[in-house]
Amino acid sequence: MTRYTQPTTFFTKDHEWVTVHNDLATVGITHYAENALGDIVFVELPDVGKEFAPGDDMAVVESVKAASDVYAPISGKVVEVNKTLTDKPETVNESPTEKGWFCVLEIKDGGEIAGLMDEAAYKAYCETL
Amino acid sequence: MTMNNQGRPTSPESVVMSSIETVSGSRGLLQHEGLLFEIGTPDTTGVDLPAPKGTKIRLGGAVRKVPTGLPGLSEPQAVRHYMRLSQKNYAIDLGLFPLGSCTMKHNPRLNEKMARLAGFGDIHPLQPQATVQGALELIDELATWLKVLTNMPAVAMSPKAGAHGEFCGMMAIRQALIARGEGETRKRVLVPASAHGTNPATAVQCGFIVDEIKANKRGRVDMDDLKSKLEKTDDIAGIMLTNPNTCGLFETDIREIAELIHAAGGYFYCDGANFNAIVGRVRPGDLGIDAMHINLHKTFSTPHGGGGPGSGPTVLSEALAPYAPVPFVVKDEDGVFRLVEDIDGEASESFGRMVAFHGQMGMFVRALTYILSHGADGLKQASEDAVLNANYIQARLKKTMSPAFDGYCMHEALFSDAFTAEGIETIDIAKALIDEGYHPMTMYFPLVVHGAMLIEPTESESKAELDRFCDSLESIARRAAQGDETLKGAPYLAPMRRLDETRAARRPVLKWEPPAPETIAAE
Amino acid sequence: MRYLPLTADDRAEMLKTIGAKSVDDFYADVPEAVRLHGKIHGLPDHQGELAVERHLSKLAAKNRAASSGPFFVGAGAYKHHVPASVDMIIQRSEFLTTYTPYQPEIAQGTLQTLFEFQTQVAALTAMDVANASMYDGSTACAEAAVMAARATRRKKVILSGGLHPHYAAATKMMCEAQGLEVVQLPTAVDGELDLASAVDDATACVIGQSPNIFGTVTDLSPVAEAAHGKGALLVSVFTEAVSLGLVTPPGEMGADIAVGEGQSIGNGLNFGGPYVGLFACREKLVRQMPGRLCGETVDADGKRGFVLTLSTREQHIRRDKATSNICTNSGLCALAFTAHMTLLGGKGLEQLAVLNHEAACDLADALAAVPGVEILTPRFFNEFAFRTPMSAEAVLAMLDEAGIVGGVRASRLFPGDHLGDVILCAATECTTAEDIAAYAAALKEII
Repeated sequence: MTRYTQPTTFFTKDHEWVTVHNDLATVGITHYAENALGDIVFVELPDVGKEFAPGDDMAVVESVKAASDVYAPISGKVVEVNKTLTDKPETVNESPTEKGWFCVLEIKDGGEIAGLMDEAAYKAYCETL
Repeated sequence: MTMNNQGRPTSPESVVMSSIETVSGSRGLLQHEGLLFEIGTPDTTGVDLPAPKGTKIRLGGAVRKVPTGLPGLSEPQAVRHYMRLSQKNYAIDLGLFPLGSCTMKHNPRLNEKMARLAGFGDIHPLQPQATVQGALELIDELATWLKVLTNMPAVAMSPKAGAHGEFCGMMAIRQALIARGEGETRKRVLVPASAHGTNPATAVQCGFIVDEIKANKRGRVDMDDLKSKLEKTDDIAGIMLTNPNTCGLFETDIREIAELIHAAGGYFYCDGANFNAIVGRVRPGDLGIDAMHINLHKTFSTPHGGGGPGSGPTVLSEALAPYAPVPFVVKDEDGVFRLVEDIDGEASESFGRMVAFHGQMGMFVRALTYILSHGADGLKQASEDAVLNANYIQARLKKTMSPAFDGYCMHEALFSDAFTAEGIETIDIAKALIDEGYHPMTMYFPLVVHGAMLIEPTESESKAELDRFCDSLESIARRAAQGDETLKGAPYLAPMRRLDETRAARRPVLKWEPPAPETIAAE
Repeated sequence: MRYLPLTADDRAEMLKTIGAKSVDDFYADVPEAVRLHGKIHGLPDHQGELAVERHLSKLAAKNRAASSGPFFVGAGAYKHHVPASVDMIIQRSEFLTTYTPYQPEIAQGTLQTLFEFQTQVAALTAMDVANASMYDGSTACAEAAVMAARATRRKKVILSGGLHPHYAAATKMMCEAQGLEVVQLPTAVDGELDLASAVDDATACVIGQSPNIFGTVTDLSPVAEAAHGKGALLVSVFTEAVSLGLVTPPGEMGADIAVGEGQSIGNGLNFGGPYVGLFACREKLVRQMPGRLCGETVDADGKRGFVLTLSTREQHIRRDKATSNICTNSGLCALAFTAHMTLLGGKGLEQLAVLNHEAACDLADALAAVPGVEILTPRFFNEFAFRTPMSAEAVLAMLDEAGIVGGVRASRLFPGDHLGDVILCAATECTTAEDIAAYAAALKEII
C-alpha cells in the first residue's frame, strides 16, 4: 500500500476531492460540484470524532434551490472540520479546493485510495457528463 | 361677458421624464409602507377594552417577566397598513393565475358569506353534539358528494391540507399492512420522478422507503420500469401516483398499474391534486385506486389565502376504510348525527388521530357551497372548460414555444425551455410575464422536463382573457427565442425587482430586530 | 352557469383553433370502460345563489352559536371577540385570493405580513425565531416532537399527563409512524413537573403544556433544566394564545421549541378549523424547523423586500429527505392573527389577558360557592376543571336545557380515565357577569 508522504489529491465520481497526506485526508467538493450547485448558502459539517465508511452521508451542502449530501470518499474518523464554512458558506464557491475544505479524516484503510480517480481521470470523467 | 381668471389647464402638456424619484417612496397609488414595528408604538392600540377590575392574580407565580414590547396601531392606521400591503400582491381576483398543478379558480363570494354564518363560524368543536347537528349534517353532506363524485365508499374529512391528506392515505395503507402482519416487511413505495415533492416526503414520514420510477417519452409512467420494480413483490407497500399527472396528462395505463400493484400485494395511492380536470368525466374509484386526497381549494374553489388554510379530505377504498382516522361523522338510524372520536368500538382499527377536532369546517362550508352552486351538470362543465382552456393555450403557443409532449393535454399545458436562446432561462420568461400583468406559470416543475413551464388556466377564464395572456406570452417567448437579454432584468414594472434569495438564505433574517442603539458621539 | 365565462360560441371557436371535434377528444386517454357518459346519477343540477343560501342557512340554523347565550367551552378553542376590521382585512381579495408567495416581486403584501407574523410570534413566545405557521396547534406539536428527534438523533418522546389529549394523539400517531417511542405520563391535573423525573439519556424531548388541558399553569423551568441536563429538549405547548400576555411564556421557561394554537387571536371558532399553528424555536434549531419561513433581503435595486427562504428544508427540494411534508400552512389565519395582534399591541394583549383571567376567577368563585362543586385546578389562566357530585354529562345536558353551554365533560377527552364527574370550563372577555351568575344559579338548581 502506498503511503503518501507528499500531499496528493484524488477524486470521486460524486465530485468530492481528497488530499491524502500521511495518515490524514482532507476532503472537499470540486469546482465542478460547486459550480453546478450555484451560490452555496449553508454547509452542515460532521461532528469531530464521528467515523464514516465510504459512501456514508458525511456533510450537507445547500444552495438556494438544492441540497446535496457530501459522501465520505474513504473510511475514517473526523479529526477536524472547517468552521469557517458555518459562517461563510460562500467560501466553498470562492475557493472550493483550498479555503473551502470540509473536514479532515484520519485514514482507516489506505487501500481504499486505490479506488479513487487521479486528476487526469477525473477531468476525463467530467468531460463525459 | 364674464371671465374666469382662475381657470386651470384642461388638456395635458407633453413633458418627458425618464425616471421619477419620490420623496415618500410611494409610486402614485402604490404606497410605500414600512414594517409594523417601524410605524407602531407600544402605547398605541386599536382595541378598546374595559379596564381590569384589579382581581388578585391566581397564576401561582407563573407570570410573564418581560413584556412582549410589541407595537400596536389604531384602527385607521392598521387598516391602511394592511390595505397598502395588499396592493403589492397579485391575486386571482386581479387576473389569471396560471400556476400549473397548484393554481386557483375563481373564489365565489357566496362561499365567504356562508362560512360566516354564525351557525358555522361561531360554533365550538367540543360543544355538545346535540347543539351542532347542522354542522355534522353539513360534513356528512359534503362527504356524500365527495364519495359519489369519486365512486369511493369512504372519506376521511379531518386532513388539514393536501399534503396532510397524503399523510392520511399513506397511514391508512401502513395500518392495513400492519393488520395483514406485513407492516415490517412491506416498506417500499414506488413514486414517479414527476411526482410532487410532497409524495416522497410523505412516504418517508410514514416510515416507507421511496423507490423512484421513470417517466416514458410520452410523459407517463414507464411501464417497463414499473414492471422491473415489481419483480420483487414481498416488500411492496404501494405506489403514489398523481392522475392526471403533473405533466398534465392522463395516465393511460392507470388500470393496469392498479392491477399490477394489487397483484404485488400493495395499495394504490392517487395524488388528487388534479382531480379538477376529471370531475364528472371519470371516477377515481373506477380506476382501482385505494386512497386519494382532494385539494378543496383547487377543485372546489376554497380560497388559498396566500398559503392556506387548505383542506384535504381523503377518499378510501373498501380495503382501507376500516383504518380511517378519527374523528368521523356517522348518521344513526334515528337521523341523528354523531361523532366517533375514540379509537375503540366502531373505530378500533383506525390508525389514530391526525388533528385536534374535526378538520377544516370553514373550508367544508365553502366547498359545499361551490358544489351545490354547480351541481352535477356544472361540475362536469367546469372540468371540461378547464381542459378546453388548457388545450387552447397549448394550441395557441405550440408554434412559438416547445410543448413537452405530443397530443392533447388535460387541465394544464407543459412546455420545455427548448425554444429559448442560449442564456435565456425559464425564470426570465416567468418574470417577464409579471411585467405583462400576469402571475407566472409554475416553473422548473415537473422535474422530468428541462426548464419546465407548466400552465394551468382553470375554467374561470374567458376566451378574451386567454387570448390576452397568449398574446403576452407569445411575444415574450419570441424575445426569448431571439436571445433578448433585457428579459434577464425582468420584472421592471412590479412593486419590486428580482429579489436576492442567496442573501436571504446565507444570512437569514427571520424577524425584525430593533436597530442597535446609536453610540452617543463624544462631544 | 354564473361561474363559467365561456359561451357555447367560444367553446366551438376554441375547439376549431385546437383542431378537436369535441372535448371528448381530450379525454381519449381515459380507458373506454371507465368513461362517464352523461351526468353522474342521483346528484342535483346547479342552483342559483338564493337556493344555495337557503339550504346552507337551514343547516346553520340547526347549530347553537357560541354568541347566542352563556358559553363556557374551552379546551383548545376559545370564544374571543374578533374586531370587525380583522375580518375586513382578511377579505381583501389581494390576501384572500392569492397563492403561496412563490413570486416575491408580486407577493410582498403576503410576505411582509408573514415577516410581521413571525416577529410577533417570536416575541409572544419569547423565542428566537418562528415560522410562517402550521395547520394548527396539534399538528405543530406533532411536528415539534419529530423535529426534536431529528435534532437530538434520539428516539424517545415523553408527553405530560396534562397535554391536550388530541395533541397527544396526533403526536403519538406521527411519532410511531417514524419509529419513535412515545411515553405518555398518566393523566394529571397538576403533573407537568413530573416530566423532570421522567427524562433520561435516551429522551429526544419532553412535551409539557401550560396552561394545560385542565387549565393549570406551571412554570416549566425545572423541566427544562432536567431535560437539558440529559441532552434532551423541552417542547412547551399552549392552546390559549391570549395567555401569552400574562403567563410565563415558553422562552422564559427555557423551552427549546414552543408550539401552540393561535386561534384565540383573530380567528373564530369555526367548529375546529381552519386554525393557525404557532411554531417557534431557538436560533440553533432553525434549519431543523418544518414549514415555510419568510426572510428579509433586497431586490436588484437594493430595496428591502421579503422572500420565502431556507426552503432546502422543504419537501419540494429535499423530497424524501425533507424535514416535513408540510406545504400549505395557514396563511390567511396567520394574517388574521397578525392583524388582530397589531390592533391589540403588546399592552392591549396584556390587558386582554388580565380580563380573561379575571373572568375565570369570577367564574371559579361563583361555581365554588355552589354546594357540591369542587374546583380541581390549583392555578389557572382562563379555564379550569371542577368536579360535580353527579355525572358531568347529565349536568351539561341540564345546563343546555337552561340555554347554557357549560363546558366540556372531561370524559369526552379522557374516555378511559374515570373522569365522568369532571367538567372543563373557560371564561373569556366575552363572558359577562350575567353569564356567570346564570351559570352558578343553574348549577345550584341541578345539583
